[in-house]
Order: sequence, then C-alpha cells, then structure tokens
Amino acid sequence: MMAFEYLIVFLALLLCSIMAMIRVIRGPTAPDRIVGLDTINTIVIVLMVVFGAAFNEVIYIDVAIVYALLSFISTLFIAKYLEGGEF
Amino acid sequence: MFEIIIYILLGVGVFFNLLAGIGLLRFPDVYTRLHAGTKCTTFGSIFLVGSVVLLGLKNWWIGDTNGSVLAIHSIVALAAILITNPTGAHAIARAAHRSGVKPIGAVVDDLKNMTVAKTMKKKSAVKKKSEAEK
Repeated sequence: MMAFEYLIVFLALLLCSIMAMIRVIRGPTAPDRIVGLDTINTIVIVLMVVFGAAFNEVIYIDVAIVYALLSFISTLFIAKYLEGGEF
Repeated sequence: MFEIIIYILLGVGVFFNLLAGIGLLRFPDVYTRLHAGTKCTTFGSIFLVGSVVLLGLKNWWIGDTNGSVLAIHSIVALAAILITNPTGAHAIARAAHRSGVKPIGAVVDDLKNMTVAKTMKKKSAVKKKSEAEK
C-alpha cells in the first residue's frame, strides 16, 4: 500500500474544494456560485477515482461515473434556469 | 520505474487542480473564473486518472485481476469527465451572458442583441405574426 502519498493528494484536493467553497459563499453574482459548484463536482469525481486506486476498490470508480453524469445534468438544469425563458 | 511515473502524474494533476482553486479565488470576473475553474480541473483530472490507469495496468501485469477492472472503469470515468465538463462550462457562460453579467473592462460586446428580453420580444413578435397570418 502506498498510503502516505495518497494522503497528500487527498489533502491537496480537499484544499482545492475548500477554495471553491469560499467562492461559492462570497460570489457576488449567481453564475459565480455555479462556477464554484461545477469545480467542486469535478474535484469530487477525481477524488473518488483516486480513492478507488488507494484502497484498491472498484466500487468507488463506479460511483464516480454516476456522479459525473448526474452533476452534468444538474449543471445544465441550473444554467437553463438562470438563463430564463422557455424550457 | 512504474511508481516514479505514477508519482509524477499525481504531482502534475494535483498542481493543476491547485491552480484551478487559486484562479477561482483571484480572478475578477465570471468568465475568467470559468476559464480557470473548468479548464484547469479538466487538464488536472486527465493526469490524476491517468496515474490510476497506470496503477491498474501495473497491478494487472503483476497478476491481480482487479487491476484490469480498475483501469477500464477509470477510463470510462475519464471519458465522462471529458465529455461533460466543457459542455457544462459552455452552458454556464451562455447563461451568465444572457442573464446580464458583463465582463469587467469589456469595451465591445458583440452579443449585445442576444439578451433574454430581446429574444423573448422577438419570439413573441414571431408568434404574433404567425397568429395574424392565420
């Protein structure tokens, strides 16, 4: 097991998602918050894939695939809502 | 040998993801933040998932059958990221422009006629014209 190196990777990705979370909290407009949310989604997907490699479990990577598709649909829906007009 | 390449790929991916976080905090504008937050995470995730694929192939080479499943599913996850991430960024930028957010320091706005109110007006005018023709 290569545990320590993966711990560093997890902490760095956690730092990235915390920075994106700061942008979500204090973003001046609504699209800023959506950009932060989209970044957090991508970072969580990558985190799950690296999790699966670190613990040698495949189920985390399956969860990452489903999470990627669902977060894409949610991002599209929020953008369409923000745009206004007809669906 | 394999482990050194895996460590280099992990380092490059984490570096680009950190750049994405810093750019998301420091840039002044929605569009520049989108530039940092989407492209850098896509490029970094290519390297991170690539390291996982390499680890799975190494395990498979040693004789662990779990490694091949790890590599193939990681490639599918990477394909999902690569298809969905730029599409979502495009949708967010389009929505931001149509909801009236202007770029900071912009002089010329080529898409000025594409705001929501005008397109709605145009749509209603077209609808009225078609109804009058009927």
